Amino acid sequence: MDEDTQREALSAVLTAIADRIELEKDHLTELDSAIGDADHGANLHRGFQAALDGADSENDPDAFVKAAGMALLSKVGGASGPLYGGSLAVASSEFEEGITTESSVAFAEAYLEKVKDRGGASVGDKTMVDALTPAVHTYKRAIEVDDLDPLAALSKAVDAAERGVRFTTPIRASKGRASYLGWRSVGHPDPGATSTLYMLEEIHDVAAEYLDGEAAVADAEAEAEIEEGSGE
Amino acid sequence: MKKLINEPGDVVDEMLAGMVAAHPEYVRRLEETNVLVRADAPVEGTVGIVSGGGSGHEPTHGGYLGEGMLTGAAAGEVFTSPTADQLGEMVGACDGGAGVLCVVKNYEGDVMNFETAIELAELEGDTEVEYVVVDDDVAVEDSLYTSGRRGVCGTILVHKIAGAAAARGDDLSEVKRLAEKVIDQVGTMGMALTSCTTPEKGEPTFDLPADEIELGIGIHGEPGVERADVMSADAVADHLTERVLDDLDLAEGARIATIVNGMGATPLMELYVVNRRVQELLGERGFDVGEAWVGDYMTSLDMAGCSVTVLELDDELEELLGAPADTPALTVRGE
Repeated sequence: MDEDTQREALSAVLTAIADRIELEKDHLTELDSAIGDADHGANLHRGFQAALDGADSENDPDAFVKAAGMALLSKVGGASGPLYGGSLAVASSEFEEGITTESSVAFAEAYLEKVKDRGGASVGDKTMVDALTPAVHTYKRAIEVDDLDPLAALSKAVDAAERGVRFTTPIRASKGRASYLGWRSVGHPDPGATSTLYMLEEIHDVAAEYLDGEAAVADAEAEAEIEEGSGE
Repeated sequence: MKKLINEPGDVVDEMLAGMVAAHPEYVRRLEETNVLVRADAPVEGTVGIVSGGGSGHEPTHGGYLGEGMLTGAAAGEVFTSPTADQLGEMVGACDGGAGVLCVVKNYEGDVMNFETAIELAELEGDTEVEYVVVDDDVAVEDSLYTSGRRGVCGTILVHKIAGAAAARGDDLSEVKRLAEKVIDQVGTMGMALTSCTTPEKGEPTFDLPADEIELGIGIHGEPGVERADVMSADAVADHLTERVLDDLDLAEGARIATIVNGMGATPLMELYVVNRRVQELLGERGFDVGEAWVGDYMTSLDMAGCSVTVLELDDELEELLGAPADTPALTVRGE
């Protein structure tokens, strides 16, 4: 993708996520009222609306993502602001050289790393980490080990995130506000994991519009690499 | 609910405007933020001491802006952490070239937003920033339900001592060392006679029958660790002080400073009654009390109740605690 297309794709992703969050606002709040403080939907909605404005004037991919992150930071509030916005702002530096298959893997890893580091949660704590970790690991593996194109890898990542969300339902929260409920948090899916899945689904759907032609290129590159390897 | 408010959503903004109007010689507001800084910030060549957190704990945080205490104070919405972008602006505005120390109370949102602000400031790469996390509440131990202990009234002593160290020209690592020493040596336990009522919700945060009190409460109307029948001021004083002393495990004859802090709606009369017994008990135990502060230092809106804070002193802490401070909420004349 050339730079203009990258910018266009990022804008499309942000718009798609903002629309999706708006659509699911009440559902997310409902999930959060079961085990949290019933503001997740409203907070994210406010944040993503601000992100649309905040990122609009930026043209470089890293600046665009950072501006979106900073807008989330300033508008989401509580712990979700740093987790969603701060992680985005920090991971955005992986796009300094533009968006490539490699930099998308690095970005995903940096984002996950920051969320875990900032929130201190690991898999099994009933947080967004439960959806994010399998998604990022699956994406990386699909690209680096299975040699899939980014779109196919994203598709697998979304499936993994979905399993992650399902996994949060029967477990007991041990991080975040839901942990104050102890056993009463059992039986509800985690709102943060759920909104993370929505974001990944939107990234995938927008990528499908932009990456269709790229798969063929990736295949050709992979073949070239195999040929190089066999010559050694 | 009867409160002197206009729109619940405007409370923080209007409070800050009123504070600036009352104390223009002490504080100014950073444009388009809910951050107050010292009128003369940044103070050239000295470490900036900044703090922040949810509103509703007044005079914390803005009341402690001024010479010998805080350089910056960020106000979040009621009981809600300030956002990282505002904290970042505060850090930038309080750096006089010697770096900035952030004093953070141990709440998930506060810690995450401060950490994010610091990380972003470091990525910009022009300010040296350190932070300490205050966790003086002895009521709630680390458990499945909390990530460590809460930061409550002991935070004021961290502001005071770090602020005095910065004022005399200590460098960032020394100021941080002293702040951490205070955190290590301070403990607090609180109780409530009534719940508080947030402007947004308009009804008491928790239910407390007329004949019961709540022991071990935090400063956000989060319930305490145990319910008890109403007891006398002396019994409350004993209970709170004993719990703090158990936690601190002081040497016999240790020199200490104390705060009997009001939660917002308790008359000074009652706080002095409690303080009388606290000092009596400490005297019986053979402790040597250097400073005994009484008043509303770290409140929880309109909650009635009090907390007892004990700080173990040594020569360097005592000197800094007694050093001059000039702020809207606290004045120490010094020697």
